[in-house]
Amino acid sequence: MHLLRTDSGADGRDSRPPVSEQIPVGLTTPSMDHLDQLEAQSIYIFREAFGRLKKIALLWSLGKDSNVMIWLARKAFFGRLPFPALHVDTGKKFPEMYRFRDHYGKEWDLDLRVEPCPPIDAVDPTLPPAARSAARKTEGLKMALGKYGFDGLIAGIRRDEEATRAKERVFSPRGLEGNWDVRDQPPEFWDHFNASPPQGAHLRIHPILHWTESDIWAYTKRENIPIIPLYLSQNGKRYRSLGDQDITNPVASTASNIDEILIELEQTKVPERAGRALDHETEDAFERLRVAGYL
Amino acid sequence: MNMIVTPASPATPNGTTSMPNGTTRPQVRIVIVGHVDHGKSTLVGRLLHETGSLPDGKLEMLKAVSARRGMPFEWSFLLDALQTERDQGITIDTTQIRFRTNSRDIVLIDAPGHAEFLRNMITGASQADGAVLIIDALEGVRDQTRRHGYLLHLLGVKQVAVVVNKMDRVDFSADRFKEISDEISAHLQGLGVKPTAVIPISARDGDGVAERTDRIGWYKGPTVVEALDQLEPARPLEALALRLPVQAIYKFDDRRIVAGRIESGSLIAGDEVVIMPAGKIAKIKTVESWPVTPVAGRQGAGRSVGITLDRELFLERGDIIAHANAAPRETRRLRARIFWLHDKPLAKGDQLLVRCGPKESRATVVAIEKAVDPGELSSVENKAIGRNHVGEIDISLSNPIATDPYTENPRTGRLVIEVSGRIAGGGLVLSVDAGQRAVPVDIVPVESALRLDERSARYRHNGAVVWLTGLPASGKSTLAKALERRLFTNGGSPILLDGDTLRAGLNSDLGFSAADRSENIRRLAEVATHLARNGHIAIVAAVSPAREDRATARRIADTAFREIHVATPAGICEERDPKGHYKKARAGALASFTGIGNDYETPQAAELVIDTSARTVSDAADEIEQMLKTTGVLFDEVVDLAANI
Repeated sequence: MHLLRTDSGADGRDSRPPVSEQIPVGLTTPSMDHLDQLEAQSIYIFREAFGRLKKIALLWSLGKDSNVMIWLARKAFFGRLPFPALHVDTGKKFPEMYRFRDHYGKEWDLDLRVEPCPPIDAVDPTLPPAARSAARKTEGLKMALGKYGFDGLIAGIRRDEEATRAKERVFSPRGLEGNWDVRDQPPEFWDHFNASPPQGAHLRIHPILHWTESDIWAYTKRENIPIIPLYLSQNGKRYRSLGDQDITNPVASTASNIDEILIELEQTKVPERAGRALDHETEDAFERLRVAGYL
Repeated sequence: MNMIVTPASPATPNGTTSMPNGTTRPQVRIVIVGHVDHGKSTLVGRLLHETGSLPDGKLEMLKAVSARRGMPFEWSFLLDALQTERDQGITIDTTQIRFRTNSRDIVLIDAPGHAEFLRNMITGASQADGAVLIIDALEGVRDQTRRHGYLLHLLGVKQVAVVVNKMDRVDFSADRFKEISDEISAHLQGLGVKPTAVIPISARDGDGVAERTDRIGWYKGPTVVEALDQLEPARPLEALALRLPVQAIYKFDDRRIVAGRIESGSLIAGDEVVIMPAGKIAKIKTVESWPVTPVAGRQGAGRSVGITLDRELFLERGDIIAHANAAPRETRRLRARIFWLHDKPLAKGDQLLVRCGPKESRATVVAIEKAVDPGELSSVENKAIGRNHVGEIDISLSNPIATDPYTENPRTGRLVIEVSGRIAGGGLVLSVDAGQRAVPVDIVPVESALRLDERSARYRHNGAVVWLTGLPASGKSTLAKALERRLFTNGGSPILLDGDTLRAGLNSDLGFSAADRSENIRRLAEVATHLARNGHIAIVAAVSPAREDRATARRIADTAFREIHVATPAGICEERDPKGHYKKARAGALASFTGIGNDYETPQAAELVIDTSARTVSDAADEIEQMLKTTGVLFDEVVDLAANI
């Protein structure tokens, strides 16, 4: 594992990765483990999104999930992200997150687009405070959509995170307002995704929908993907999930490296988003946000 | 061993599960079907318990909860409890429960009841290797029992174990058991399914599930757990013939990478492959990856890979890469067993989009052979297949696709059907039109003796396909000839390919139907591209009204393609009418004539748009020449080569 690395290694900007060590050629095929299978599926989804949509972007929230996504995309496209990485910035992230963004945005040669969110007054005042704060991000996203005219946005949500996300599709159409119709979802099977959003609407693409929190960490470790140090325990606390500074809280934890995180996850009964204030305000706050276009 | 309830994960490609000790166990996927009240949940609960698959304390906890509420404990509570947990976090779509027998990892594909039943059965159970059909000993074989048996037949599930449940309610009567056993065996055999076992059980008490108790002492066959342990896993995908459907071709740098997911079989650099449906042969040069590349090892089913080939061949999304000695069949016609999800029933003559992996083709329903309402199990009608019904149809495809019957390859032998951009159904390929078994054509293109730079040094241009599209009489041929003369005068090597001229020879077998027009364009593009690759400038003058056809031409010619829209107003074209076509068409004597209808699809991103009514031929030729310069086809004035020395 490495944190904010400064050396630029094999994953730097050189478009031609180094030639591998000569691995003995055999008749047997290395069997795929669980992470290999997840990776292959995600790569397939990325390539479908890139090939079947006209103008896509990846939503980079700087967290562990979206960093894994960028890594997977670079695997899918042989080292590069052939579309923009969009950071819808509430302006309230942790300083470590901004440092991470600026450093790896360069090192990974991302076409980084940072888009601001509107002021809090512009957001539905009937939402509870934290949800209202999160809804700013939805508004910022809508503005970015209008500005660039993306027909597909790649988002790093996972089914195991939160109950309403469990109902999601891999290619999930959003209405003209960016809203999600939970009840009218197209069927999706055998990896055939509906890639034709209605005129003016766009698709959300979820390449890591089938991953779990533990998968993300195990893969981060295996692939040596950089992370923000806030995920690791300091003074008995760590962040399991990173959002805006004022609505994200750390959880009690002694896990100071990824192995310890994995052990902790096996034992914990605390849900991942426990530290996210907005999930706990009212029962339907999260679903209301999602219907309105929140990730 | 803990029970793992997971959302649908990518299918294990080789049908085995890696074990912590490094060995592998065959994985078998099953469904449990039968009448809704005949004890499915109880059997599942009991199986999980008998195979030691429950989390520690789960059973005690549930028993305690039941006792507190003053209810007798039921095994089905286990599933309810799991369902609740599942609702809190995990997918609702296709849920899988895993447990182990002596030698198998069993994945139970949950097929919940009610409205979604059929879809889940087909999307879930089509991957099932075996099924358990459950019957209540007291109630016997019911309509729903028969329907589910029929569905198993439709889905091609061959290994079916029948359990006769609630034997405690018929006092473990061997006679009653035999009665039901005979009836269901006859029914299943009528459908071509031979039950692997018929087992008397009491899921509630445990008889026959993992143990042959005294109460069923007269029964000598396997228990449920033993029957599951004998299920044959599907042939591992990796053991099947190589199928790598092309998902995309990437040229991010100097590599031309063919990307896709290996659906079956395996490959390694150096393999000779055939690209279907065209049947071209090539060798795999490298297997590309990131961050380390190239990779030397063999790549098996389930991997998303990228390969490079040893020669430049025209490939496109949807082609299938296979080994030359085991290529899939190429077909324009196939029979499929489908399930229909769309509100509007599917009828003969309907136009569809068929997707088979990344390949898509427009298609027409030629015949509906069977239409079945699985709720009634009657062949309702033979004209249309209604929502949530199943049937067998013959499909004719406008583009040939390479596919396999489902029984030979479960991955490439399935397809989905789209209507108006939305998935409307899915199905399994039963057979492809006989007589079209593709014979790979070993065309090893002969490399030219000349190098491209030798040619371009002489002609002072690169190869290109200049594609003039526009209404009849818009001035395409006139412009094409002027351009040809101009380029030739300058020492270049232009070659005119006129649509009408080629129709007299190469394309004389083609008419003017949409399919024939597409083929006409494809051939023009292939010929033109061949010329361009050899350094010539192929000037194509063809109405080419369909945007999709022109897109095909662009894909074929790739970076050599320069599209010029000759956008002379329709009124002026009709006025000119040098060949008298407009007049004939107006008189109704010329069917399928582009020009007087609205069937010309205007290019949206042509490299150049020219209205010949507003310029002289010479001015227009200037414009084209200029465009060819700025887009790198023509070299600018013999730029002072000396200046660079």
